[in-house]
Amino acid sequence: MKTTGIALSLKEKLENNFSENKELIFKNSTNFINEIRTKAFESFKLMGFPTIKQENWRYTNLENALSKDYHQQFQPQGNTVDIEKVFHCEVHHLDTYTVTQLNNWYAEKHIPLCHLPNGVIIGSLAKAIEAHPDIVEKHFGRYADFEKSGITALNTAFAQDGVFIFVPDNVEINKPIQIINIIDSNDDLLVQPRNLIILGKNSKLTLVHCDHTIKHKSSFINTVSEIFMDEGSSMDHYKLQNKDDRSAMITNTSFHLEANSNLTTNTIVLNGGLIRNNLNIKLNGKGSHADLNGLYLVSGTQHVDNNTFVDHASPDTTSNELYKGVVDQNARAIFSGKILVRRHSQRTQAIQTNRNLLLTDEAIVNSKPHLEIYADDVKCGHGATVGQLDPDELFYLRARGISEENARMLLMYAFADEIVTKISVPALRERICSLVSKRLKGELSICDQCVLHCNDNEIPSFEIDMSKV
Amino acid sequence: MLKIKNLKVSINNKKIINGLNLEVNAGEIHAIMGPNGTGKSTLASVIAGREIFEVTEGSIIYQGKNLLEMSPEVRSREGIFLGFQYPVEIPGVSITNFMKTAINEHRKYKGLEPLTATMFLALMEEKKKMVDLQTKLTNRSVNEGFSGGEKKKNEIFQMAMLEPTLAILDETDSGLDIDALRVVANGVNKLRRKDNAFIVITHYQRLLDYIVPDFVHVLFEGRIVKSGKKELALELEERGYDWIKQEVEAQSLL
Repeated sequence: MKTTGIALSLKEKLENNFSENKELIFKNSTNFINEIRTKAFESFKLMGFPTIKQENWRYTNLENALSKDYHQQFQPQGNTVDIEKVFHCEVHHLDTYTVTQLNNWYAEKHIPLCHLPNGVIIGSLAKAIEAHPDIVEKHFGRYADFEKSGITALNTAFAQDGVFIFVPDNVEINKPIQIINIIDSNDDLLVQPRNLIILGKNSKLTLVHCDHTIKHKSSFINTVSEIFMDEGSSMDHYKLQNKDDRSAMITNTSFHLEANSNLTTNTIVLNGGLIRNNLNIKLNGKGSHADLNGLYLVSGTQHVDNNTFVDHASPDTTSNELYKGVVDQNARAIFSGKILVRRHSQRTQAIQTNRNLLLTDEAIVNSKPHLEIYADDVKCGHGATVGQLDPDELFYLRARGISEENARMLLMYAFADEIVTKISVPALRERICSLVSKRLKGELSICDQCVLHCNDNEIPSFEIDMSKV
Repeated sequence: MLKIKNLKVSINNKKIINGLNLEVNAGEIHAIMGPNGTGKSTLASVIAGREIFEVTEGSIIYQGKNLLEMSPEVRSREGIFLGFQYPVEIPGVSITNFMKTAINEHRKYKGLEPLTATMFLALMEEKKKMVDLQTKLTNRSVNEGFSGGEKKKNEIFQMAMLEPTLAILDETDSGLDIDALRVVANGVNKLRRKDNAFIVITHYQRLLDYIVPDFVHVLFEGRIVKSGKKELALELEERGYDWIKQEVEAQSLL
């Protein structure tokens, strides 16, 4: 009962923080948003943090992560940090529009909200609330349901800043937009970025969302991203997670798809202490389609939980889901996927697959594919596998002179490659390709992503130990 | 080159090879024939280093070295090649990547620099021609979606790439039509030299029309019970194995 006490105390602390800092939290928002905030706060008070008693959280225990004394920043911390110097991302040569968040705050302080000639708006959500309340209010809080999830409620109550992207009807953004979310603090920090992305009719966007930590203090990140895709729009979405072992991260990403829109979302977890990704996709219009791809590579005592929910809320919708994971040492990976086909959603097609490679006896995978179908004219399938490297394949490679270690590498890489090849931006695919192979060789460090601060800190090492297989 | 003495092999305590003797010299082609389930493929696997088999007795000396102490990859780098009866499909591993890794590990073992990409591709093209392989390999995964014939041709292609000293072909002819059979046989004949040797495991005499063996051995109940020249293969084709079984039984009665 001791740990419950600690979790409660963080909850209490947050409740106090909310009351004490209400003025700061509320001052930049519109009344409309502050009303949502107040409702969400009540929801959080009611629900609190999820516990393992909830079916959806059975395998992910937040108690440890919640037992720390986190600080919250209710306004940006001075101008001491020059983001260009703190962080240098190697995917830069990928010619993107880059937007950076530091500890949740939108970091490009000179141009907080950028209006492109074609009507595209990219920038800080806080500023967007101020400048374009009409657009923001139409979507804010509509897709991420705070009445059913304590953590989404918590984010909604405190949400102050994050990335805002608006793409008008019929506009295609030719370059990918890259969101980089950096945590850099001398304190243990709780951060809650809030992102809102709106795609107009027949518009097109490629979005790369990267999460990194710089200083190795504990952090707890609770992100909510709401993405609205209007009729005929299409989006290529990438989530790259390379967090240190001391960070806990919960991401809640809710997509809302109107008719004939087309989404590809790729979740690539390279490293992270505790990661829980809630991915919710609502196929709300006829002919909408979603591809969900996921890859997780975990070792040490890492814990990665991917929870996906695809809601076929309209007839003639399709989804195709493939998540693959390599789980080494004492790590644990969870895949829980639910597909809901509503009564009127005839001619739904949905496939869901989860494949896992377990490298040690200690590694754990919990895989829970789940279909809930109320329509009768549908084509749905699901499957899950948990296995080891195939001894026949290993022998075949070794019989050609390839060392056992390299043979394992080749096979693990081949396993991951099925997801990597789905990445449609060539520069990004190459980059992820090399990150994945470095990761599998145990050569990837947080320093691969940022050049400055890593070297002064003790870097946690994580290697796939080939000898243990 | 290869000396097998009194070899005994078990799997899960079941004896499969039971006192086998065989000597192969450079420049020779040996054919091993015999009914199903007599240990032919086991022999091939044991020479290549498959770990699921337990060698309980005997020795295998290859070029003066104790083969049984070597890992499969070291055996390969020392010049041993196994053409698999059932080549494995490995989705996601491209043939190019696979062969490049293999060749460069062989070269590293010999103290040579790795091949450059250009040199490697040139070598691939040369060997593809040599074994008459028309399949586009560059973007394909190892054996994935290959027909039976393509898989076997791919084995011969790999053999050509690695230029082994001792190649064991485990029923490479099974499941091949006559054209594919000719391609496989031509590959072997082109690779044949004075300083290398082949062990060809087969059920059928027809392969031996194309690859002419110096010696033919009959494997039965885990031992070589009869050896002869290429004419023995013809006799087996004509008379089957029953007369050999009878001979063996008669001997055991003595």
